[in-house]
Amino acid sequence: MSAVGAQVVVAVVQVVVLVLAAPVVVGVTREVRARAEGRAGGRVGQPWRDLVKWWRKRPLQATGTSVVSRIAPVLLLSSSLVVVALVPLVTAAPTVVPADLLVVVSVLLVGTVAIALLGLDAGSAFGGMGSSRHMMIAALVEPTVLMAVYALSVPVGSSSLSAIVDARRDDPASIASPAGVLAVVALVVVVLAETGRLPVDNPSTHLELTMVHEAMLLEASGRDLASLELGGWLRLSALLGLVGNLVLPWGVAGGTGPGELALGAVALLAKLGLLAAVLGAAEVGVAKLRLFRVPELLAGSFVLAFLAVTASALVA
Amino acid sequence: MTPLWVQAAAALLAVLLAVVAPARLRGRLAGAACAVTAGAGVWGGAQAMAGGAGVLVVGTALPGVSMTFAPDRLGGLFIILAGGVGVVASVYGIGYAAWAARTTWAGFAVLLLGMQLVPAAGDVLGFLLPWELMAGGSAVLVLAEHRTRPSARPAGVWYTVMTHLSLVTILGGFALLVVATGGQDFATLATADPAASGAAFVLLTLGFAAKAGLVPLHVWLPRAHPEAPSHASAAMSAAMVKMGLYGLLLVTVRLLPGGPAWWAWTLIGLGAVSAVYGILQAGVASDLKRLLAYSTTENLGLMVLALGVALLLRPAAPVASATALLACLLLAVSHAAFKTTLFLGAGSVLHATGERDLDRLGGLVHTMPWTATTFAIGALGAAALPLTGGFVAEWVLLQALVRGGETVDRTVTVATPLAIGVVALTAGLALLTFVKAFGIGFLARPRTPGTQRAHRAPVSMRAGMVAAAAAVVALGVAPGPVAVALARAVDVPVTSTGVAGIALPGAGPVLDPALVAALGLGLTVPVVAAVLVAARRAPRVVEVPAWGCGAVRDDPRVQYTATSYAEPLLRVFDDALQPERDVEVTHIAESRYLAARVAYRQELSDVVETRLYRPVLRAVDVVADRVRRVHNGSVSRYLTFAFGALVAVLVVVAR
Repeated sequence: MSAVGAQVVVAVVQVVVLVLAAPVVVGVTREVRARAEGRAGGRVGQPWRDLVKWWRKRPLQATGTSVVSRIAPVLLLSSSLVVVALVPLVTAAPTVVPADLLVVVSVLLVGTVAIALLGLDAGSAFGGMGSSRHMMIAALVEPTVLMAVYALSVPVGSSSLSAIVDARRDDPASIASPAGVLAVVALVVVVLAETGRLPVDNPSTHLELTMVHEAMLLEASGRDLASLELGGWLRLSALLGLVGNLVLPWGVAGGTGPGELALGAVALLAKLGLLAAVLGAAEVGVAKLRLFRVPELLAGSFVLAFLAVTASALVA
Repeated sequence: MTPLWVQAAAALLAVLLAVVAPARLRGRLAGAACAVTAGAGVWGGAQAMAGGAGVLVVGTALPGVSMTFAPDRLGGLFIILAGGVGVVASVYGIGYAAWAARTTWAGFAVLLLGMQLVPAAGDVLGFLLPWELMAGGSAVLVLAEHRTRPSARPAGVWYTVMTHLSLVTILGGFALLVVATGGQDFATLATADPAASGAAFVLLTLGFAAKAGLVPLHVWLPRAHPEAPSHASAAMSAAMVKMGLYGLLLVTVRLLPGGPAWWAWTLIGLGAVSAVYGILQAGVASDLKRLLAYSTTENLGLMVLALGVALLLRPAAPVASATALLACLLLAVSHAAFKTTLFLGAGSVLHATGERDLDRLGGLVHTMPWTATTFAIGALGAAALPLTGGFVAEWVLLQALVRGGETVDRTVTVATPLAIGVVALTAGLALLTFVKAFGIGFLARPRTPGTQRAHRAPVSMRAGMVAAAAAVVALGVAPGPVAVALARAVDVPVTSTGVAGIALPGAGPVLDPALVAALGLGLTVPVVAAVLVAARRAPRVVEVPAWGCGAVRDDPRVQYTATSYAEPLLRVFDDALQPERDVEVTHIAESRYLAARVAYRQELSDVVETRLYRPVLRAVDVVADRVRRVHNGSVSRYLTFAFGALVAVLVVVAR
């Protein structure tokens, strides 16, 4: 099989697996949280049903909105799909389009910007508020993101994700090293902030004064809302899968054979299920931070990542 | 050397046309001549980059004193940069400044010529004379609209003073080198011992940093750029300030390579502070052109940071150092492309609405689709998002820092992550800044009636904007060939790979944006197809009132403004920005719990200006006041002074 053909197969497999799994990941998180709080909760498949329902409805578009309102949902969804296709989730085989961590981060930013502009487009005060807060968090999370990227790249000498995952699988001791642990902790904070989870943003709130992500989606409906939600869930699942592969790099396929890919997909689903449950359980005991306390959290995780970098440089 | 003569002749012609042509034709004729000047610059720069520019010696009225023009590859690059920006700005100016005053067009031609001659210089005199041409031409442009806007006058004063101070220090720095080596051409100056040239380095860096708008010498920039006509702001911001960067490259790479480590640290410090401070100020600015001016300080900061990193890593990690140098040049080129786009876009907005205050704009995407699209592309470039030149440049810079971190030197291993932090914070804040600039300025509903009546830009203005925006995208999708050409200018081994990607030196990482674009396209097509199928079954319902949690008032004043958008940022960086806020609540007479009116005033000043410059200016004022008391107009007192001076001279001579 040619290199391009292999790339296409990998991209298609990862996209299909993740698109099918992402709503379920969110469903698991909600279910675990509901059970832990003593509620019955919806079913695990509820997010999927919501998606189908939204997709069938007619979207409403407010007066005075521009083409941005139509493009932004598609842009968010396809940027999430690019991330899913690039990140080594099912297989860590080197790909034609290099899975460069810096490229992945910037593709995520495309989605961030799309949704921020969507929030401004309708000209409602809530949209602007959400957009403004969202961009502030995105701006302050950026140093931590790149520091975590750096902490992961320096030991390998490359910012290629497949190389990083490969190196961790070959040398499991590096996962438990101080530098490795600090870098992953910093990355987890980044993932929480990037995907709008507690304690940075509460995905289940619609209380006007505290919402960030939801405020930007207020004007979206029908299939626009479906694209936006699916895009957000795909981001969450891809980043959780990445964390899973960094902490437990076993089961990730090394090549692109059908058997390897099937095994890799099963391992990925297991890791996603586990992490979703952990996320849901952890969110029970966490309250949302005040908006202006979020920079402190991000600064803290920046320091962790910085320690990880200096630790790996000075100890080695 | 033919292009040089063409440039000079066309510039002269442009000045002549600007002065004598009838007002009706002035813009077209002078604009065309300016475009030829700049086009000849691109031609000459291309010759120089190919290594065949030759040498031109121009005699002066003083015997034995001559100017030499001998552009090398690096110089050629900056000539192309100035020329390319010049062509686009001239074409745009034909529509934008069709009725501009004579001095505006004459100043613009002089600025263009000066910018293209500075990097062509082969000796000190050939450098300084065009440098002053450039400064003079741009000073005229800053003052161009002094009749309609009183704020142009202080801006002109600030600019002239800063640019002259920079000339004095550059002159001093070169003089020290000339004394040390005994010649004024660059080949002789290059024989100076870097270890003994610390004072020259400091003086030259001060001068070039002032031109490049680096903190704390940036104060002229946010005043001068908004006042100049927009095509001139584009040329100044995208090309003229780069001459400061060229000067720094000239000193540290060509004349005095191998300087001590503290030179590198100085540049890194200057660059880091400028980058963060510049983008913070841009983030909270609501005047569109002021925002762009501060963003220029930020970008120049990043370039100087990259240069400093390149110098720092040169002994220990030559590969990373070469990558950082490439990053510096890529940043310069991509900044030229997107900043031209943005300033031209801001000019079109100003032209159509008479507004440059974001708080009063809005909804322009409906009335000005061309400007909105090109501005959006420029904003994406400034925010360093993928498929723009800005992203490629930042990617190379970050890769240089990642690889620089592998060295054994411990100061370097601590410094590189901090530099990454600075670059990342800058990138994050740039994202916010440009989402704000585009989202508030062009989306939602118009905030003032003037904005509602906006009209489309004329053809020549659209052509300029489209050309500049196309350059941003081209640099972002196919950066390979450009990177190879830039790398050759500074002797860095970079190859183009894949479709049109970059392969960094030393079997380094590869970036091929065209492939990422192909992947993105491949994944977008099914999404769009699915959306289209769904749209056939359930068409969109348009023209319903915005929902906004059921609490929407139709008044456009309830929308978020640029000021409110930046409020969280302002709060987080309160200590660094020190805004002055004033909230005044008027209560209803019967109850102190009900407010009749709330007035909110917020003023943002440049902390560097208020803390550093104001005290100095006050001190100068006080001294000047004291000195003034000495000469009170009485003739007898002046005669006494003259007599005293005469006695003093006689005493000195007699000894």
